Amino acid sequence: MRDLIVRVIARFIIPFIQVYGLYIVLYGHVSPGGGFAGGTVMASSLILYVMAFGARSEKRRLPEWVARSIESAGAVFFVAIGLVSLFQGTTFLANQAAGFPMGIPGRVFSAGAIFLLTFGIGMKVFSTMITLFTHLIEEEEKEGTG
Amino acid sequence: MKLVFGALSLIAIGILLLIVVQEMPTFGSPDSPVHNEVPTRYLEHSVEETGALNAVTAIITDYRAFDTLGEVTVLLTAIAAMVAILRC
Repeated sequence: MRDLIVRVIARFIIPFIQVYGLYIVLYGHVSPGGGFAGGTVMASSLILYVMAFGARSEKRRLPEWVARSIESAGAVFFVAIGLVSLFQGTTFLANQAAGFPMGIPGRVFSAGAIFLLTFGIGMKVFSTMITLFTHLIEEEEKEGTG
Repeated sequence: MKLVFGALSLIAIGILLLIVVQEMPTFGSPDSPVHNEVPTRYLEHSVEETGALNAVTAIITDYRAFDTLGEVTVLLTAIAAMVAILRC
């Protein structure tokens, strides 16, 4: 598994995958994509890292408490955006009626709450994928079959 | 006996499902019930109402944002259950 070619190529390609995932998340309201797809792409870069360098090396780069914090922060962020609209006097998770700045359609910073909600979903999906994968692969390494 | 009962109930369910499929509109037919005013409303007004050019994102994070909150909760519950099982 610890192949030299895989490691060198992974080191080159991981930053590009992460930038692409971030692009899909941030442009979710302009072009095809969104939080679920972009978060999965970003997590796939770290899965590639685990495959190339091992789970222990990944643990040092992204400690477990960071992944867990991103996990909870994504969900709390989503609910907090919804509560903002509630405190504005409209319904839960309302967008335009709650006074979020709409901007010009087609720009990156537009569409008010949609931009923020997509970002929260992206955080959530990213940490879910990576936590699932590292936990399961750790269990396999502990059993000595991996 | 168990096998016969299983086969008979499977055949009964299969016949029931085939009858239901007979009643469904053909694929892509214009008078299918899904072609009502809801998708028209989304396609024509989503840009001015939500500011998002991507209609799918406009639906899942604006019109159906509460449903997406449920999906996020599903992910959180799945991770919590997995950590609870593997971390003991």
